[in-house]
Amino acid sequence: MCLAEVRPWGRAGGGLKKGMGAEILQSNVLPQRFADWFASRGWMARPHQLALAAAGLRGEDSLLIAPTGGGKTLAGFLASLIELSRRSGPPARPVLHTLYISPLKALAVDVARNLDAPVTEMGLGVRIETRTGDTPAARRQRQRANPPDILLTTPEQLALFIASDHAQAFFSDLRCVVIDEIHALAPGKRGDLLSLGLATLRTFSPGCRFVGLSATVEDPAALARWLGPEAHVLQAPDMGVSPQVDILVSRERIPWAGHSGRFAVPEVYEAIARSRMTLVFVNTRSQAELLFQELWSANADGLAIALHHGSLAVEQRRRVEAAMAGGALKGVVCTSTLDLGIDWGDVDLVIQMGAPKGASRLLQRIGRANHRMDEASRAILVPTNRFEVLECRAAEAAVEAGELDGPAERTGALDILAQHVMGRACGDGFALTALFDEICSAGPYRGLDWETFERVVDFVATGGYALRTYDRFHRIVRRGDVWTARNAQLAQQHRMNIGAIVEAEMLSVRLASFVGGRGGERKAVRAGARLGDIEEGFIETLVPGDTFLFAGRVLRLIGIEEQNALVVPTSDPEPAIPTYAGGKFPLSTFLAERVRQMIHDPAQWPALPAPVREWIEIQREKSAIPPPDHLLVETFPRAGRFYLVCYPFEGRLAHQTLGMLLTRRLERLGARPLGFVASEYALAIWSLEDMAGLDMGRLMAPDILGDDLEEWLDESFMMKRTFRACALISGMIARRQPGAEKTGRQVTFSTDLIFDVLRSHQPDHVLLQAARADAAEGLLDIRRLADMLSRVSGRIDHQALTRISPFAVPVMLEIGRERVAGAEVGEAVLADAEEDLVRDAFGRPGD
Amino acid sequence: MRRDNQFAAMPSFDHDPVPDSLPAAIAPTVLRVADAVVMALPEGGLWIEAARTLVVSDLHFEKGSSYAARGQMLPPYDTAATLTVVEALVRRWKPERVVSLGDSFHDMGAAARLSSPDAERIRELTSLREWIWIEGNHDPVPPLHLGGVVRETISISGLVLRHLPGDGDAEICGHLHPCAKIAGRARRVRTRAFVTNGRRLVMPSMGRFTGGLNVLSAAFQPLFPDGMRVHAMGRDRVYAISPTRLVADISPGGPRWRL
Repeated sequence: MCLAEVRPWGRAGGGLKKGMGAEILQSNVLPQRFADWFASRGWMARPHQLALAAAGLRGEDSLLIAPTGGGKTLAGFLASLIELSRRSGPPARPVLHTLYISPLKALAVDVARNLDAPVTEMGLGVRIETRTGDTPAARRQRQRANPPDILLTTPEQLALFIASDHAQAFFSDLRCVVIDEIHALAPGKRGDLLSLGLATLRTFSPGCRFVGLSATVEDPAALARWLGPEAHVLQAPDMGVSPQVDILVSRERIPWAGHSGRFAVPEVYEAIARSRMTLVFVNTRSQAELLFQELWSANADGLAIALHHGSLAVEQRRRVEAAMAGGALKGVVCTSTLDLGIDWGDVDLVIQMGAPKGASRLLQRIGRANHRMDEASRAILVPTNRFEVLECRAAEAAVEAGELDGPAERTGALDILAQHVMGRACGDGFALTALFDEICSAGPYRGLDWETFERVVDFVATGGYALRTYDRFHRIVRRGDVWTARNAQLAQQHRMNIGAIVEAEMLSVRLASFVGGRGGERKAVRAGARLGDIEEGFIETLVPGDTFLFAGRVLRLIGIEEQNALVVPTSDPEPAIPTYAGGKFPLSTFLAERVRQMIHDPAQWPALPAPVREWIEIQREKSAIPPPDHLLVETFPRAGRFYLVCYPFEGRLAHQTLGMLLTRRLERLGARPLGFVASEYALAIWSLEDMAGLDMGRLMAPDILGDDLEEWLDESFMMKRTFRACALISGMIARRQPGAEKTGRQVTFSTDLIFDVLRSHQPDHVLLQAARADAAEGLLDIRRLADMLSRVSGRIDHQALTRISPFAVPVMLEIGRERVAGAEVGEAVLADAEEDLVRDAFGRPGD
Repeated sequence: MRRDNQFAAMPSFDHDPVPDSLPAAIAPTVLRVADAVVMALPEGGLWIEAARTLVVSDLHFEKGSSYAARGQMLPPYDTAATLTVVEALVRRWKPERVVSLGDSFHDMGAAARLSSPDAERIRELTSLREWIWIEGNHDPVPPLHLGGVVRETISISGLVLRHLPGDGDAEICGHLHPCAKIAGRARRVRTRAFVTNGRRLVMPSMGRFTGGLNVLSAAFQPLFPDGMRVHAMGRDRVYAISPTRLVADISPGGPRWRL
């Protein structure tokens, strides 16, 4: 199948078949040439496509919400193509008419390819080009001097344009900006950066219209506000058939804990064998590696099953994508890298391993199957442990009921704002008040106050330090009313460091090739083919000779050379599984609510698989089943320790934060807590003293959030990592510097040192403020924890048990236990290492 | 590192033979270098009791502002933070003489960038006792207007104190910023460290913004061909680290496993 034929209007044509009642609208909006072209394909434009085109021709900002396969992309371009087709002859000088922005490079390239067909077939004479990080410098320069009519690019490239000379002139004739997959971009820092870029374009070209394209979301109005103050929502009618979602109830026993899904592999394999083409979604890259390995060893029929995740080498991913599009694969194990709207082939089944964590994400993934609106998508959910059975059931019910969940509207990050301010200074420069107004027109920053804005500008100029020590080192300088970068070198340095994504330090995984080595001589090792990138933190835990799973193979580490981890293929039944920072989604609040309801309501239990049902029934007998708005807290002794387990169902992050706060409070109450462990559903704390006599309502009181949070946060490893990202994004530290482009890993300065010094000397520094906001929002789920604590206030059900309860079993089996007194751990490690030395030297009795 | 060097890795004690129970809080900080007894302090300084001399190394004053001058606005508080540590050491040990072992100033312009309160604090330190600035590669000509005297090297208690490593016979040097990464059961810890073989001792850097070079890196090999003892700075004391617990860095510019 040729991709160019099926996109961007969805498989088998994004238009309606004729005779479905949109003729009148069509004749009003579409010029003859366009109508003829649709007709020649046997299609008719859909009402929402026409409505968006009409709004575009009126110059209105619009957000189009349409389900996957709804022909969104064509809709976004229709008005532009019509306008361009009406030009009489080539323009006096080439100007950019439409800018298209997508979250993925690959998507921009894909869309360019697909626009080619109508443009060529209608003879529109429209020039379309892409510009991504991969575009050669020569072509970029040419694009600046001689822009195409339509340019397809990414948010980072827009920021780069804005930070370049003559940006205003380049965009002054821009008529339209199309933002694709806006629902995926808006919720993060990349979205913040893009929203500021859009605000700048609004200044540069007041006549420009903004078009957002989004999959179905919970709150379209919020997304429209993100797009612009006057954007209207256009909702495509939901003509789709409800997806058909099943939960795989394994023949095998469902484990108490864990996320591998190993037990269900034979059944997953059978489902792949029975279908035309299956996408198997997992939630983390480690899971992807593991499952792929398991499927491969179950692959008795030699089915073409491939692996696709973000750490694999680009070439390898492209090969898999091409094979998918060409119909050469039976199955692909993948992570969220395939979540977004690229339609790779004839997928007829989606399998979700583990709980999808949110109904909207599940819908997106299901949308990969049968990429057209008038056919039901088929999906199988595979719970990997008992709690996940409940979660999958909740997600299934939500999809059936057509309910969605979504992220809360965010407040724009200050480190991104700092980057943008510097970017504006590196381009044409800015006047302070005009820039403030411009920034406040960007959705996430509409609540920005002047004082914070001034602090950010001061940070950009001189670092924002109390004593104005760096006044003579201004990075931006004022000439008249206009602030610009102090010199060309600083501007260049800024441009090299644009972006909102701070990757973990990565090493390339390369196959080692051996040269020489004849006659007892040592062989020399060279870096060979690249398999992909792996986090340095993981490789650090290995020593040469260790084996690990990567890119679907078992590899033995030979050593590290420069930025390469050299490996050889090997066989080892128990290789290490790489772990990756991030990549874990918390359970959405909305699904958590459904799970709590389901547990509470015995009428829903018969629908559950037998082992899960029994498990809940025994829980009711041995302990209690709490009402959905209550919090169950259990205490029991076990193996010489005392346990406290509670079940907030608010996700691992929120539970971890609660665990830290509770152990501190317990310490003060003299319970002598030793550690805690958090799962997606529950939190368990163990201690030396019995906690059964404590006032649980007092213990869980919402004021706990005010107690130690700030102090603990500042000491935590998480906070330092967050601060590092803020320091890099805001430009305090430059990742790359002019003249040292090659390695791309130029952070030579430990941000931990900066963090510690800043914390003790200027605790209210704007960058600390930014990092704390990030941590509270994304890393610790504080908002969610606060909501939960106030919800259950006065509704704590305490069960003092003599032994462990059925519900407590899964969390007790969780890995990733946290020891209390994190600050002491460092000293303990040192003391331990010394102990070793003493033991070696003296041979202590008993050793 | 060679396994047969394990016993050499034990702290050597000044007078007592090996005590029955180790006085853990004190003993590991007492080191012998050539014929001198020195004490490694958890703040990163070295105390030579016999000469009542405090040695501090690689203070790198004004490293932050040197970055700021090139457009990276690091906090301007590193000099003050470093001075606070030096002042605390001086208060506690009441030295007759302080030796700053080179690279006291991050660059030739550092003294000019000092804030006046910081400059005043340095003058106060240098005025009340003998103060010696050893020449470093970053500050080959330490500024004179802040007090103290400048020397290329100095001999104290039979030891040569210098910035760059010399012939390695009875010397205390700095320059390398040694740092130990230690594997524990729970996690890894990276901390500044003293490194010695009993003839030469390399001091950790004390500048608040100075980075460290892993003691397993190739740069230490030629200095300690027969092995080294690593004494890592903890919060309240210095720990003698078992060589089996040391791990290498693979971070930018750091050493690699040898193939």
